[in-house]
Amino acid sequence: MPLDLYLNVAAGGLLTGLVYGLAALGLSVIFGVVRIVNFAHGELMVIGMYAAVLAAGSLSIDPLLATPVVAGLLFAVGYGLQRGLVNRFIDRPDHMQFILLVGIAMMIVNGLLIVFGPDSRNAQVSYAFDAIEIGPLLLDIVRVYAGGGALTVAALLFFFFRCTLTGKAIRACADNQLGARVVGLNVERLYAFTFGLGAATAGIAGCLMTLLVDVRPQLAPEYTLLSFIVVIVGGLGSMGGALLGGVLIGISEAMAGFILLPSMKSMFSYGLLILVLLLRPQGLLGKRP
Amino acid sequence: MTPLLQVENLSKQFRGLRAVSNVSFTVPEGDIIALIGPNGAGKTTMFNLIAGVIRPDEGEVRLSGRRLTGLRPDQVCAAGVGRTFQLVKPFGDLSVEDNILVGALHRRPRIADARQHAVQILDLLELGPKRYQIARSLTLPERKRLEVARALATEPRILLLDEVMAGLRPTETDRLVELLRDLNQRTNMTILLIEHVMRAVMALSDRVIVLDYGIRISEGTPREVVNDPRVIEVYLGSVEGSTAP
Amino acid sequence: MFDQLTARGCAAFGMLLLILLALPMFADSYLVSVVTLVLWFAYVGQAWNVMMGFAGQLSLGHSLYVGLGAYASAALFVHFGIGPWAGLWLGMLLATLAGAVIGVLGFRFAIRGVHFALLTIAFAEFTRIAFDHIGWLGGSGGFFLPVGDAAGSSPFDLRGSPALFYYVILALTLGALVLCRRLLHSRIGYFWLAIREDQEAAQAVGIDVFRAKLAAVLISAAMTSLGGVFYAFFYNNLFPEQIFSVSRSIELILAPVIGGIGTLFGPIFGAFILTPLAELVTWAIESAGLNMPGIKQIFYGLALVLIVVYRPDGVWPWVARYLKLVRQSGDRP
Repeated sequence: MPLDLYLNVAAGGLLTGLVYGLAALGLSVIFGVVRIVNFAHGELMVIGMYAAVLAAGSLSIDPLLATPVVAGLLFAVGYGLQRGLVNRFIDRPDHMQFILLVGIAMMIVNGLLIVFGPDSRNAQVSYAFDAIEIGPLLLDIVRVYAGGGALTVAALLFFFFRCTLTGKAIRACADNQLGARVVGLNVERLYAFTFGLGAATAGIAGCLMTLLVDVRPQLAPEYTLLSFIVVIVGGLGSMGGALLGGVLIGISEAMAGFILLPSMKSMFSYGLLILVLLLRPQGLLGKRP
Repeated sequence: MTPLLQVENLSKQFRGLRAVSNVSFTVPEGDIIALIGPNGAGKTTMFNLIAGVIRPDEGEVRLSGRRLTGLRPDQVCAAGVGRTFQLVKPFGDLSVEDNILVGALHRRPRIADARQHAVQILDLLELGPKRYQIARSLTLPERKRLEVARALATEPRILLLDEVMAGLRPTETDRLVELLRDLNQRTNMTILLIEHVMRAVMALSDRVIVLDYGIRISEGTPREVVNDPRVIEVYLGSVEGSTAP
Repeated sequence: MFDQLTARGCAAFGMLLLILLALPMFADSYLVSVVTLVLWFAYVGQAWNVMMGFAGQLSLGHSLYVGLGAYASAALFVHFGIGPWAGLWLGMLLATLAGAVIGVLGFRFAIRGVHFALLTIAFAEFTRIAFDHIGWLGGSGGFFLPVGDAAGSSPFDLRGSPALFYYVILALTLGALVLCRRLLHSRIGYFWLAIREDQEAAQAVGIDVFRAKLAAVLISAAMTSLGGVFYAFFYNNLFPEQIFSVSRSIELILAPVIGGIGTLFGPIFGAFILTPLAELVTWAIESAGLNMPGIKQIFYGLALVLIVVYRPDGVWPWVARYLKLVRQSGDRP
């Protein structure tokens, strides 16, 4: 088998992986700051996907252009969810948080099922079949856009946390909740903001994902699990780790699907998750708890 | 008299802080030894090292010659060490009797047997009237007694009491002191206690060990220690260094 | 069991038991099969409750044990003609081994909370995909058990009328109840309680936390696998996508979570109120002329959220207190 073929598969996987990484980034941000395990993350992503598909279908808006609107929508959803419901669970035992979000996830998925039906839908873009050549690689342009978009948004997020006042305030909350309150930060508001941000990130990832796959409600739990795998492998609480994890999972999924059987590609990811949980639970770039 | 507990050259460092530095002492069987020192002197760390909650960097802990270092906390208990916690940790949703029962179950697998033993201990620590009450609803002095009762139920050879008098009013302190002294005299129970409440230390202990910054700086009878200039300096500061008029 | 209930509670329980015992005699086979399903969820929920409620470990991959029990006994039956009463031992063995692996790995590596839950999901999903590719067990296309001929009813092979299955699952559920009650009042039951209350204090009184937790995992896994054996012979077809799925795992926890984690009667109570309520909701929606597939799932999701927000201890403790069915702590027996 020519090396070129492997490289192409890997490159495709890498670009898809960047989108996974972006989704995982949202999850990581939520967990790192609010310490809530968002088991409804994939559901938020799929809401974003449907929003993009609708925009493309009825308004002929390219998913890439729809991202700001989708981000705003999901931000509101996330903010409301945190402020209204999730907030009281911050000090509750882990399993209660989990069950809460599982319940919310169930409602979202089946709500989507009722509204949109079980069949796949996609967003038609004019450049769906174009490709560009870079050396030995022949890359689908949609993948390049998706991966590039993911990277851009990740960079924006990084910039946000490093350089803006709100971003720093959020990091302060994550570091030391009590200290943050003492210096006058409104922790509840910041938590809600963070959840909103994480949700928006998931929504954007969803938007980008519509360039690559068709959407159906059942994707939601799959993406939740995928986001978790990426975050655990890359390292909870580490932004670079989320991207790295995403890329790793993207590539390994693509390769496993190519070398073994397509239906087995997730198996590899789960195996990797188990290994990481056992041998290095803080992930590749995460901090030791 | 054979030493029951031997602590040899125990050291523990946390990142940059030497919490316990080369500390050695022995606790003879049947004695009551107090471990005192200013806050941050390493006393609770000492307890955690003995009880197996943390591992020492160097040194050994022995109970009747048997190595305790490196054992898990439940294994240390099995070897004969009963301990209480500075911030009491009752099994909140269980009754007082059941709390003690859990301790008794350690050496008495049969529930009926264990329960009988638990009830005896209940009376020993004057918790009889509170027998069926939920632990969560107890007052602080009662919780402290429960904590001791539960540790006692495991039939230890030595009791490690971590600031068991903290937060008690003088009358309650005296009552607990009497209970412990009684326990010691009747059953020859060895007790190692961390204490700040000097009233209790003076009344109970056969000997006192003083720690400061993780180092043993003095040892002797309560009277000797209280009059030791080094100890006074550590608590009150030296005459030369003070800014008193 | 009966020292926890008041006289009223005992009467209520007795009445329910009588109704359940007599059910096949006066109900039609549809109702019998519905109650069979309710009892199945009660049973498996009770088994899950041992791990979550007693040992405090959240497992979201319990479908793994159901599937292992189901496939093991089904494979022995289909390929070797070995009946379920013998085959169930292999199922229990495999499930216990899987539980041991998860438990040992999880506890040894100090994996807790969300990481542990994810570990359980990962194992179940890994197994699901693996079974999709095992041709000998039917793969993704499904594994089918031969249904007995109309004439033959063979309890040994679990082939027979709905009533037969009904009584089997009823016996299992009652057995689980008795077992759990025994466990709760045994030495290890007290240890589990102590560990849940305060793990550090539990260790300080000599409790080997690892062993106690592992025991809960193993018991839970073994019990659950029997539910899988029943499932295989009741439905006669097994699909990895269904039986090992995360949604199945979540379905399993509905009854105990809503009924009451850690309680003795919670899972059973939860199962008995969930199914009728879900049917009610579905019927109401359909009567209103709306077509909403998945409304049941939304109902379940909503129930989970409501319970966790307003009644985290579950509905059973609240109902039992309100109707004075159980003795309160502090009352003397």
